[in-house]
Amino acid sequence: MEKIKSLTDLKNLQEKLNSKTGLSNRSDNAGENIRVKVAMATCGIASGAKEVMEVFIEEFTKRNIDAVVTQTGCMGYCYAEPTVEITKPGNEPITFGYVDVKKASRIIDKYVLNNELVDGIIPVNYETIDNK
Amino acid sequence: MAKIKFHFLVCGGAGCQAAKSEAILKNFQDVIMERKLETEIQVIKTGCFGFCGDGPIVKMMPDNTFYTKVTPEDCAEIIEQHIVKGIKVSRLLYQDSGNHENGSGFKTRGLHKKQIRIALRNCGFINPENIEDYIARDGYQALGKVLTELTPEATIEILKKSGLRGRGGGGFPTGLKWEITRNVKADQKYVVCNADEGDPGAFMDRSVLEGDPHTVLEAMAINGYSTGADKGVVYIRAEYPLAIERLKIAMKQAREYGLLGNDILGTGFNFDIEIRYGAGAFVCGEETALIHSMEGLRGEPTVKPPFPSESGFLGKPTNVNNVETYANIPAIFLKGAEWFAGIGTEKSKGTKVFALAGKINNVGLIEVPMGITLREVIYEIGGGIKNDRKFKAVQTGGPSGGMLTEKDLDTPIDYDNLIAAGSMMGSGGMIVMDEDDCMVAMAKFYLEFTVEESCGKCSPCRIGNKRLFEMLEKVTKGQAIMEDLDKLRNLSNVIKDTSLCGLGQTSPNPVLSSMDNFYHEYLEHVGDKKCRAGNCKSLMQYIILAENCIGCTLCARNCPVDAIAGERKQAHLIDQEKCIKCGACMDKCKFNAIFIK
Amino acid sequence: MDMVKLTIDGKPVEVEKDTTILKAAKLIGIDIPTLCYFQLKDMNIENRPGGCRICVVEVVGRRNLAPACSTNVAKDMVVNTHSIRVLNARRTVLELILSDHPAECLTCAKSGNCELQTMAQQLGVRELPYQGEQSTYRKDTSPAIIRDVDKCILCRRCEMMCNDVQTVGALSAVNRGFMAVVAPAFEMNLEKSPCTYCGQCVSVCPTGALTEVDHSRNVINSLADPSKTVVVQTAPAVRAALGEEFGLDPGTLVTGKMVAALRRLGFDYVFDTDFAADLTIMEEGSELLDRLTRYLKGDKQVKLPILTSCCPGWVNFFEHNFPELMDVPSTAKSPQQMFGPIAKEYFGKKLGIDRKNMIVVSIMPCLAKKYECQRDEFKVNGDPDVNYSLSTRELAHLIKLANIDFNSLPDEDFDNPLGESTGAAVIFANTGGVIEAACRTAYELYTGKKLEKVEFNELRGLENVRHATLDFDGLPINIGIAHGLGNARKLLEDVQAGKSQFHAIEIMACPGGCIGGGGQPFHHGDSEVIKQRAAAIYREDAGKPIRKSHENPFIIKLYEEFLGKPLGEKSHHLLHTHYFDKSKGTYIE
Repeated sequence: MEKIKSLTDLKNLQEKLNSKTGLSNRSDNAGENIRVKVAMATCGIASGAKEVMEVFIEEFTKRNIDAVVTQTGCMGYCYAEPTVEITKPGNEPITFGYVDVKKASRIIDKYVLNNELVDGIIPVNYETIDNK
Repeated sequence: MAKIKFHFLVCGGAGCQAAKSEAILKNFQDVIMERKLETEIQVIKTGCFGFCGDGPIVKMMPDNTFYTKVTPEDCAEIIEQHIVKGIKVSRLLYQDSGNHENGSGFKTRGLHKKQIRIALRNCGFINPENIEDYIARDGYQALGKVLTELTPEATIEILKKSGLRGRGGGGFPTGLKWEITRNVKADQKYVVCNADEGDPGAFMDRSVLEGDPHTVLEAMAINGYSTGADKGVVYIRAEYPLAIERLKIAMKQAREYGLLGNDILGTGFNFDIEIRYGAGAFVCGEETALIHSMEGLRGEPTVKPPFPSESGFLGKPTNVNNVETYANIPAIFLKGAEWFAGIGTEKSKGTKVFALAGKINNVGLIEVPMGITLREVIYEIGGGIKNDRKFKAVQTGGPSGGMLTEKDLDTPIDYDNLIAAGSMMGSGGMIVMDEDDCMVAMAKFYLEFTVEESCGKCSPCRIGNKRLFEMLEKVTKGQAIMEDLDKLRNLSNVIKDTSLCGLGQTSPNPVLSSMDNFYHEYLEHVGDKKCRAGNCKSLMQYIILAENCIGCTLCARNCPVDAIAGERKQAHLIDQEKCIKCGACMDKCKFNAIFIK
Repeated sequence: MDMVKLTIDGKPVEVEKDTTILKAAKLIGIDIPTLCYFQLKDMNIENRPGGCRICVVEVVGRRNLAPACSTNVAKDMVVNTHSIRVLNARRTVLELILSDHPAECLTCAKSGNCELQTMAQQLGVRELPYQGEQSTYRKDTSPAIIRDVDKCILCRRCEMMCNDVQTVGALSAVNRGFMAVVAPAFEMNLEKSPCTYCGQCVSVCPTGALTEVDHSRNVINSLADPSKTVVVQTAPAVRAALGEEFGLDPGTLVTGKMVAALRRLGFDYVFDTDFAADLTIMEEGSELLDRLTRYLKGDKQVKLPILTSCCPGWVNFFEHNFPELMDVPSTAKSPQQMFGPIAKEYFGKKLGIDRKNMIVVSIMPCLAKKYECQRDEFKVNGDPDVNYSLSTRELAHLIKLANIDFNSLPDEDFDNPLGESTGAAVIFANTGGVIEAACRTAYELYTGKKLEKVEFNELRGLENVRHATLDFDGLPINIGIAHGLGNARKLLEDVQAGKSQFHAIEIMACPGGCIGGGGQPFHHGDSEVIKQRAAAIYREDAGKPIRKSHENPFIIKLYEEFLGKPLGEKSHHLLHTHYFDKSKGTYIE
């Protein structure tokens, strides 16, 4: 990686990252792909988030689904760990709580493939500071 | 296969369940079956919307319509009107109450949310191990702006104007702290991030470091620029391996991208950060103790002044801020001091992260604007008290704080109000207690913690807290006399008045505040030898009611200490001397013959 | 200097700006009680951890009480040192401290000298309302010092002495909370630590947590044993301090009464370590001259500066900390250890007493001497050259035990031949004294001229590290002096770094020298006491008819009759020693 040498460089990099080509490597916005974020703070990992993440990666590979799976930090829903957020292109992100290995498969079957929801969705209960 | 067109999201949070959301779910299903719409509509039970006051909540997707205070009887109408006719049911629509003191400028998804995420803005959004995720979300732009557009003085001025106060507990104005450090002349200065989070049950700082480590690095660099320091140190407890790992990755990436190191962004500003590990001693959260620990000395506080801003790490001026404080700073420079000062109350600006725990439905990490009431936090965000028990108290400020009760539920939460109410903000632990919690036992729990965590340097904290704990133990065992209660109060006051550092100066708070608010419970323990919450085992007796006991011997066979005697088919008896009050007998008894006295 | 006006207990006072409330109050006659606070004025020694919280006072406008010892005055401050709030807090804090302190006053070695006991009296504590578990620890006995830290109140004075003043680093706070206590690392025994037994921790301990190993019972038994000839030697510093134990003013010389008391205690011969000090000068001074002469002749092998070796605390210190310098100090034994073999091998043999039947007791201002006399190299077939070393305090106790009214004793003289000494030997007690004594002799031996003015005032004083250049008839001799092991470390590091060049360096482990030794009567932080003792020692020197060691007629006779010449074979055998590398430590077993 070449060092960022000025504020302009930094802004250019940001622009590039937010452009279509940049998005595919990102977790917070994967552009055209389905993206899955698994909350992997200590609390999430302790309640099984690693296994859940593995299921998503394995199943997507097995079923040849084009999706980006990444880790992220704590979403704050300790009572419903592990939590997973899924964004399908053109849709609002949906957060699923209490996701164990079984439920991960069910989410792929129902939501990812068929747009059906499953119980245990956690509504977003906070405001962000984004103006976008 | 038919395509689902509509989703009904019915809140399954505890508050809404109490308000019949189960019946709503069922009624929706019934109407859908009746009208044969099951291929088009799917009804889903969700987690809590954090808006329990207006529950039950139903959200219609994909059009994002919110219906509030829905009753089971409304289900047919909603389907008839909304789905079949395409007209929203206006009387159930969510009404913005207009009580939007913090709303301006926020993206609102339907309901006005109680939480605003500033410090946690990237937690759960970005991959903390990928600096590009952070950069894409304006990462390091605040640093860029400060370095290219602002003098150190102007930077501090903005921070002062924002009204940000230290989130570690003390609430000292952050801008002022920076200014003091800036004004001390020295050949070397340091900025230190205090990540020695130690309150029992608190994990705000860990979450920030695990979810968004770059924000802390960026803020520390801004701190370094404005105070004149080119070295930063993160003092983090070694019990946070994941946070340390992510912090290390973040530091490595920041260096690779030239955002730490020499000549940052071509401005000639040099700044780098190293990590020091703490062993997790609570007292090392105190700045002077923290600095001694960083120096390899015994982690114990020294008398202030001199303050670290005058003479800190290795004798050099040192600015110490807590993780959450830092996490707010890039946002302040990106969005402006006025924006930040627009959130919160007159003297407490912005938001506060709390680790909400205890007897509450939605245990979790929340970030709320200053000025929110406890009632909103507990009953809306927290989804109310578990198992519909009665609320009794909230402990804020961890072992240094006090108990807030029913009467404080509508007090806006900020630094000054909490102190006035006999507690404190602390670092953000918030533990909810219900009627099954004994307040004396609670105070004892916290004292046990401070006795364990006192460094032992000053006598009131070292010996006084131990004696407080011993006296509370006497109270919970029913061995105390009335005079002991006066002693408890006097000793608490003296410890507060004479201890060297913040730990001892606040450690008796749980005792004093529980005595202030729940003195009757103390009196009951001492006078009646009774614990109304049934927490204090020494004051409980398991009794077998002879007329209900048929002598089945089940209890006797299950007693782990052979405390129950009796012939088959005759009433049994519990030997109170032997009984360890485990309750196994009562659990096993099928004839309701065992009760607690 | 900026001055600050404030009010304490209604009285206005104006003080310099960085003054503490405690010191400001003292200026207007207000004596705020303190416990952990400790200061040796003018010696740069101060302990104010702000830990005991006894000195708390009320500062109007401040949320909590302020520790007077570590809170600086501020403009227009209004201080109240004895309001109800303060008195209640102060007494409660003391009650707490007492609640975690064994109530063993009746049998405690420190009873009567205990600052905690005094404080309980002063604050009128009559009962302990807060009682509970007491913190208890393993008792630790070393060759010189006993740690009974159940009695530790965590004032941290010993830690300050051991770390800041002495830079020995044997003691520091360990554990936390209720179990916090001052101990060697890993709570190992002191004997396994780098402790030098300088005893400064004992001399500042306010309670009975640190005391010396008491050998007075062994001495009493020896005195009662008819088959033993018991010989006593008294170190120079003892005579300037012993009187304090009997209510006399600090600086009262009690040489004659001390001799009389020792005789009444039943010692068969009352001798003087000063005699051995003169002998030390003969050996050490000759060694200095020898090295100097070889150096001046261009011998590159010769080690300079020569370091004095009279102080056993210092010897322990360099064995632990500067093993690379082991061949630099003089090989001359300390006066105590020179006295032993002379008593047993020369004097005893002359009288026909087998060394096994002679018991040599030393009275020392020092606790490291207790360890020194037990070192293996100072024994012959297991029989130590010096059997027991008692501190000044132990001697006082022994005198009281024998119902001797010390103050009414007549002055008596030491016995001959090992009781005769010069003024040069007396000043061994003060920092700078050994090197001054050595120079008095070296000057005359080197130049062959008579030294007219024997006082080298440039070598005297209490500054931590002193440098002086003496004129040896045209040859400038550079002398370095340090008292306190921390100062010694500084001086040695400067020498090692090539920053300073000396021909000779005198080091004493204790602040002020032996007069401030760990075995002396407790000065309770009054540096005037130490200064008065020093002045007394110089008075004793000035009053002596002979003031140069080589002029001591009994020393001359000893060489003629027995030793031959300084640095000769017999001297080498009896009066010189060697050192051991203890830097690897024996700390962890």
